[in-house]
Amino acid sequence: MAGQVFAYIRHHDGKAEDSALELVNAAKKIAGGAAVTAIVAGSGIDSLCAEMAASYKDVWKLDNSALAYPNAEVIRKALVNILPANAVVLVPHDTFGMDLSPGLSIKMGSPFVADIVDVEADGDVLKIVRQEYSGQAHTHVECNMSAGAVINVRPGVFQPDESKSAGGSVTDKSAAVGDLTCGRKYLEVVAAEAGDVDITKSDVLVSIGRGIEEEDNIPIAQELADAMGAVVSCSRPIVDAKWLEKARQVGTSGQTVKPKVYMAMGISGSFQHLGGIKGNPFIVAVNKNPKAPIFQVADVGVEANILEFMPSLTEAIKAL
Amino acid sequence: METVLIAPANYSVLGIPLILFSLLIPIAGTALFTYIIAKRLAPLVKAAPDNRLNNIPQRILQVAKLWLAQWRQPRYRTAGIIHIVIFFGFLTLSIRSCSLVIIGLSEDFVFPGLGGTLGNIYNFLKDYAATAVLVACAFAAYRRAIVKPARYAVPKKYGHEHTAEALFVLGLISTLMLSESAFEAAQLAAQSQKGIAGDFVAPLTLVWFWKLIFSNTPIENLQAIHILSYYIHDLTFFFFLCFLPMGKHFHVITSIFNVFFMRVKKGNIKPVRHGVPDDKLDELESFGVKKMEDFTWKHLLDFYTCADCGRCSDQCPANAVGRPLSPRFISIKGRDKIFKNYPLRGDFLPSEPLIGDIYEEDEIWSCTTCGACEQECPIGIEYIDKMVDLRRGMVDDGNVPQSLQKPLSALEKRGNPWGKMEKKRAEWTNDLPENVTVKMFDAGDTAETLYFVDSITSFDDRMQNIGRATANVLAAAGVDFGILGKDEKDSGNEVRRFGEEMLFQDIKAHNTEVILASGATRIITADPHAFNALKNEYEGLPPVEHISQVILKKIRSGAIRLKPIEDDSRIYTYHDPCYLGRHNDLYEEPREVLDAIPGIRRVEMTKSRDRSFCCGGGGLMLFYEPEEEQRMGVLRVEMAKAAGANVIVTACPFCLVNMEDAIKVAGMEGKMEAIELAELVDRQIIR
Amino acid sequence: MEILVCVKRVPDTAENEITVRKDGKDIVRDDLVYSVNEWDNYAVEEAIQIVEDKGGSVTVVTVGDGDSEEVLRREMAMGADNGILLKDDAFVGSDGKGIATVLKGVVQKGKYDLILCGAQADDGAGQVGGMLAALLDVPYASLVNSVKVIDDKKLKVGREIEGGNQEMNEITLPCVLSIQTGINEPRYVGIRGIRKVASVEIPVLGASDLGLDAGAVGKAGAKVKLVDYFVPELGAGAEMLEGSTEEITEKLIELLKAKGGLK
Repeated sequence: MAGQVFAYIRHHDGKAEDSALELVNAAKKIAGGAAVTAIVAGSGIDSLCAEMAASYKDVWKLDNSALAYPNAEVIRKALVNILPANAVVLVPHDTFGMDLSPGLSIKMGSPFVADIVDVEADGDVLKIVRQEYSGQAHTHVECNMSAGAVINVRPGVFQPDESKSAGGSVTDKSAAVGDLTCGRKYLEVVAAEAGDVDITKSDVLVSIGRGIEEEDNIPIAQELADAMGAVVSCSRPIVDAKWLEKARQVGTSGQTVKPKVYMAMGISGSFQHLGGIKGNPFIVAVNKNPKAPIFQVADVGVEANILEFMPSLTEAIKAL
Repeated sequence: METVLIAPANYSVLGIPLILFSLLIPIAGTALFTYIIAKRLAPLVKAAPDNRLNNIPQRILQVAKLWLAQWRQPRYRTAGIIHIVIFFGFLTLSIRSCSLVIIGLSEDFVFPGLGGTLGNIYNFLKDYAATAVLVACAFAAYRRAIVKPARYAVPKKYGHEHTAEALFVLGLISTLMLSESAFEAAQLAAQSQKGIAGDFVAPLTLVWFWKLIFSNTPIENLQAIHILSYYIHDLTFFFFLCFLPMGKHFHVITSIFNVFFMRVKKGNIKPVRHGVPDDKLDELESFGVKKMEDFTWKHLLDFYTCADCGRCSDQCPANAVGRPLSPRFISIKGRDKIFKNYPLRGDFLPSEPLIGDIYEEDEIWSCTTCGACEQECPIGIEYIDKMVDLRRGMVDDGNVPQSLQKPLSALEKRGNPWGKMEKKRAEWTNDLPENVTVKMFDAGDTAETLYFVDSITSFDDRMQNIGRATANVLAAAGVDFGILGKDEKDSGNEVRRFGEEMLFQDIKAHNTEVILASGATRIITADPHAFNALKNEYEGLPPVEHISQVILKKIRSGAIRLKPIEDDSRIYTYHDPCYLGRHNDLYEEPREVLDAIPGIRRVEMTKSRDRSFCCGGGGLMLFYEPEEEQRMGVLRVEMAKAAGANVIVTACPFCLVNMEDAIKVAGMEGKMEAIELAELVDRQIIR
Repeated sequence: MEILVCVKRVPDTAENEITVRKDGKDIVRDDLVYSVNEWDNYAVEEAIQIVEDKGGSVTVVTVGDGDSEEVLRREMAMGADNGILLKDDAFVGSDGKGIATVLKGVVQKGKYDLILCGAQADDGAGQVGGMLAALLDVPYASLVNSVKVIDDKKLKVGREIEGGNQEMNEITLPCVLSIQTGINEPRYVGIRGIRKVASVEIPVLGASDLGLDAGAVGKAGAKVKLVDYFVPELGAGAEMLEGSTEEITEKLIELLKAKGGLK
């Protein structure tokens, strides 16, 4: 029989990340009826723990000034000290989870599966769905969790727990974290340079990806945005090419946006990009590749070359 | 002849016979000049080899045309005429100047053959020549100092103005003209005062004016003028000689050699190192030009020879759109660097990498290799090979912009810059009309003619239409043709020009093998870049023709008949692709094809034929993101508009990409249209 | 500084269309072209730059078959001093931990101050670096987008985190870093560069050379097993608008109006 199932709670400025409640539903698929324990590590986290108790039956609080910033190396030490050997640990596959989990699995002596998009438990066997080749191929992966497991869950794929009916309690495990010294010392966070525009405040985004082909075509997107009263945002390759400033990048390594309408123009739709889109906007995808993953998440799709489609749309809107 | 004044050879001042100076000045001057030239030759000796002693008859012809006949000078009319006057004046006066030097030693010296009538004719001519040169110098100085044509300006980043040097040299030339004529006029005036009949004086020449001025000058003053002007001339002459190799006037000496040694073949790129065959390239330690001595000696001679006239940069499209490239300063910076590293006094300095020192990466990648600069240079300076050599050096050091690394790697793996799969190379043929069949050599078909499609026409959605139009036209003309399909790789024209020589060699070897294996006896292509590569860079292939040549022949033979253009509001202009025109001299065929369409209204742009303005560049240039103020294509579209055209016809897929883009950028959609020649013919053909 | 960079030969996603084989056992590998994993290439460039600045040497290592040698040569043409190919039938079918275990073996045979990996590869797991660090018991940082050498004991590294922010850390050597793209501008490697190193001897090490128990790696040691590749049922995807451009734009504008996308 598999061990206790844990969910690692990511939080920032006293607030839980969206992934915190998504893990409730991911964990349920693994734990079946068994209780799931949330782990909240940090400093001054009482209210957050209480909040998590609404969604998790048990909340383990690890309150320590050394945990004030989530340094994955420090947190790994704490987790190894407090977790039972056969723990099944769910962690969001974000920049922290990618930092923490591979090493944690080694120290726990348990298998690790990264970036899962779906999971089912068949007895002790976890049947997992993943993606490879930038989402171009899906795979079924299996591992046995009887001796524990570390599973990184892709943010945004599981629905967040909205019932908040767990009525759980908080257990203070702070005393058990043990020695937290390690060879990596957190110094500071250097904020991204602010751009001229704040894409997080806009209700409508015209977002461009590789399909824009070259820097000189960016005005075509800008004209559409102007016609729609929208702001131009983009995916990572556009920023990597230095065609637009970092502040316009949507995605896990860029900005998180919550528009009402999201126009994905020539964006294939990697999960890192989609990870930056929150609040369930109306997504319009235009892409010349009918197999582009963006069409799976979009509400409306058009198979077209954006360099031809955007100008016609702009014209049509202007003609209104 | 009886002379009144004592000649410099016989004159003494304070008991010192001046003949001593007449001897010393030439000896010292010649010695110094020889020393300077020896120093100037040092880097050429250390430079990379280059065989420029082939094709001697053609080289002599080039000297006769470009150097002696000043063929390219009148392309800039005012400056050209001034230059021609000074040039021929100099040629004429060089004999006089040399004989004057000897006259300082022996009063009655005349060159053999110039004693009699011939001498009189010569004297008559040289007097007018000197006068014309002085007038030309005055004009030139006026232009330099007052008019200041824009192309002489020196942008701040390239250092200070060159006007002072130019004016100084014009002053020297004027001094030579004035002193030579004063020397002669003083004698004639003295003779005249004594009532001795002198030689005939050509009216309105400098001598004539001086003689008029001197008519009442006392004899002793004339004697002083005679002696003084002789030595002013003598000193100026040798000073000028030694001053020439100090700057842009070195061309006075080097241009004849530079023109003799200039390239004789068009369209090809120099080998990595002359004398090293392609299969031995792996043995070279280093590739391309990294430091000064990696250039060939001819390319260093180019630097010496640059007259700073600015014509190259005036024609350069990269310069016109504000890219960080001005070919003129490729030469000037190179020359100044050689002067610095090879000083006339003291030790030669160690050579440093050129990129990051005198040249910038972006400067070197900015060149579209359109060839406008070389076409314009009056004295045969080469730029494309230098650019390619510098790029080879950067590629060898791994110093390649990220935007170019992807397409290069895709070319290596997939044979096309987009990384599309080989098996999709012939997909453009899927949408052909039923009665048009394209044979597939890769499927074992045989045909007399190979249509080499090349990458952009194979893979670009829009340009595939050129492929289909070409196939339609060939089929309509009854040509038995096929394509290589998945076996075709990019022609590599730009791979070579972007400095990735080994990749080009691989591509070339592959294409050569499959083309020869196809059994085709001729090659047709609609892509001028492929045309250029196959014709000028590959060896041992069947003859290569551009589609415009084929169409013209078929029109003449009656195999293709064209219907009239119905819309008489359409005014066509033909844009010369660089790799069809300048690099391969195909200017007339496409125009004749157009003119064969009944009812066509065609106008010429001001910049056409060998002065055509590059669309922005093809091949890998599509992937490079230069720093520029505007697009070349936009300028070109505006030129078409200025010519009164509303349809730009070109004969190159890359030109079409750039023109169609530019029409959008310039906001001229609906007002201007771009079409490729085969597409237009396909539209008008009577089937 | 002695640096080991772990690299992988992968199908180049930019130049391939990945499709799944009918039996689901693998992706279709005909017509695929391979290259070094993009993230690894940045890692090698970073290592070369560190060595150019501080001295030392760069060794590239890969676990793979005979074909994997080509990526080692490419990275050596780039400037890596040595290459090591870890090849053994026993390694085939390794999961992330298996690969990390093999790499641990090679790390322990040398003396490295710094070990770099790419942040992720074709399978998108991003696991080997963190596992290797844990197996070696040395500090680890992932998604590294800047490295500054403080002295021969410490580095200052930046990690790319959410919101485009950068998390700065001080990390003691030896350590393992996984490198994010964009950290530098990798230099170009031409065919000529590869040919220059074509005849350089690349040692090939197997399980016994590394002192590994064949049962701990490869298929035998893998706790995570790949069952199959598949094409997901196309669920409720986007409603595709069809018709002429005019019809599509008209329909789209209606929808945008309804959803508040037009002002």
